[in-house]
Amino acid sequence: MSQETIKGLHQQLVNKERSAVEITTETLERINTLEPLVKAFLSITADYALEQAKKADSKIAAGQEISILEGIPIGIKDNMCTQGIKTTCASQILANFVPPYESTVTQKLKDAGAVMVGKTNLDEFAMGSSTENSGFQVTANPWDLSRVPGGSSGGSAAAVASSECVVALGSDTGGSIRQPAALCGVVGLKPTYGLVSRFGLVAYASSLDQIGPFARNVEDAAILLGAIAGHDRRDSTSLNIEIPDYTQYLQPELKKGLKVGIITETFGEGLDAVVAEAVKKAIAQLEELGAEVKEISCPRFRYGLPVYYIIAPSEASANLARYDAVKYGIRKEADNLVDMYATTRAAGFGTEVKRRIMLGTYALSAGYYDAYYLKAQKVRTLIKQDFEQAFEEVDVLICPTTPTTAFKAGEKTSDPLSMYLSDLMTIPVNLAGLPGMSLPCGFDEAGLPIGMQLIGNVLREDILFHVAHAYEQATEWHKKQPQI
Amino acid sequence: MIDREQVKKVAHLARLNITSEEEEQFTTQLNSILDYFEQLSELDTENVPPTTRAIEVSNITRPDELEPFHSKDALLASAPEQEGQYFRVPQIMASDDA
Repeated sequence: MSQETIKGLHQQLVNKERSAVEITTETLERINTLEPLVKAFLSITADYALEQAKKADSKIAAGQEISILEGIPIGIKDNMCTQGIKTTCASQILANFVPPYESTVTQKLKDAGAVMVGKTNLDEFAMGSSTENSGFQVTANPWDLSRVPGGSSGGSAAAVASSECVVALGSDTGGSIRQPAALCGVVGLKPTYGLVSRFGLVAYASSLDQIGPFARNVEDAAILLGAIAGHDRRDSTSLNIEIPDYTQYLQPELKKGLKVGIITETFGEGLDAVVAEAVKKAIAQLEELGAEVKEISCPRFRYGLPVYYIIAPSEASANLARYDAVKYGIRKEADNLVDMYATTRAAGFGTEVKRRIMLGTYALSAGYYDAYYLKAQKVRTLIKQDFEQAFEEVDVLICPTTPTTAFKAGEKTSDPLSMYLSDLMTIPVNLAGLPGMSLPCGFDEAGLPIGMQLIGNVLREDILFHVAHAYEQATEWHKKQPQI
Repeated sequence: MIDREQVKKVAHLARLNITSEEEEQFTTQLNSILDYFEQLSELDTENVPPTTRAIEVSNITRPDELEPFHSKDALLASAPEQEGQYFRVPQIMASDDA
């Protein structure tokens, strides 16, 4: 099933060449074969998937029209609540949590007839860049099993890359969709903040979190985004706008006069030469396709990293206060309430989560608020201004998604700062609330995928899909599959 | 700079028991992260307004209507300990802290 796409499978279903149950069964078999190696899933929802597939088949048998996602196997990051199905956030503190309600995104996919085959692994509470911070298992990169898939949505990226599902959902707070997409050689999109409802997404840093699609090609990402986007009264930051059919922007030729900006500062120190070269080649290719290319300076871009590591842990320290052993999750018994909180949280949270809670609690504590949190919020404004100026001159910005290709498991776990640096290029996009996409654009000498990042102005997902599709049609990168 | 005593205090504020090993580890690591934050002082932000939300949306309001939760039993069943309609917790007034 390696080259399968949403449209291809849809055609097979409509033409009755294959049934949804057959597709699901084959997918589950592939998962069973590959999981001992990849470990992308925290739980496999086989019974649920087959039940969904049967529904799709009975619709087809009855001659009813089926939606484009009907019968399509999909993976869901395990930080999105699924009613009656365990949702752990890869944390021991939620090891036994079975949500009594459904997140908006999974409800929408369920209504569209998509077949969820399992819940994918992540860094605990989506905090990390390698999926090594999972409280349960370490996911491998399908291109080289000794390397990380990136994170925090590493399970979704690895599952899509190894064809354990056709598409998947991830969440992105500082790069958690785009960075693993780059490292696993798939398409990953973080939409404009507010385009997709966060209702039922376990909160990490609420002013930055956003759900988005993983796919093996641009069209599948466009279809999946269309299915999950839209206003939701249960998320007060949800944007009340009309959602277009994103596939209409996928055209064989690049729009005339399209202006592409290269962010000068992203091609500096710390960037692997092979990554720089691949992204430059991709830009040259876009120029051949008719784009006007110019260099754009975003001088405050690099301050995104320190700003993020103040804002995100601060918001996290408040959001994670809810894990108090009272309403859900595990409990460690103690004689009094405060001790119960402290011992439960000590036992239930992993090291990175503790570190960020500590950092955030400190940054928000009396006497330090102005120096850290307020300062970070002000610099956030400057970073937004850099983007605003850039988009007065160009339609889309391009830079590498990550400074390096996939690193070895264990390589960065002892030094948190070096791990944080892998999000250097993706973080500013979250701070400004903009849409960003990672797209395969080459391989290094070891055969590891390289990703480039396209950044659009607010709600300009259309341009990202348009440019990405034109580039994809002109290249073969997305057709390569890991030998697994 | 953050010292070990402060790390202990922050852990208490965060309701997080930490071991003495973690205390030492966090003191070192938080210091190097806080050092890294120092670069923000290169930027003059005196007259810059803070950004609190990435995309501005005006106040979203709706009628405040009571809507019973659809799966109350499942909700209660998620709790580590419950009694009837309530979540059960250990004694609250037992320690100096509480």
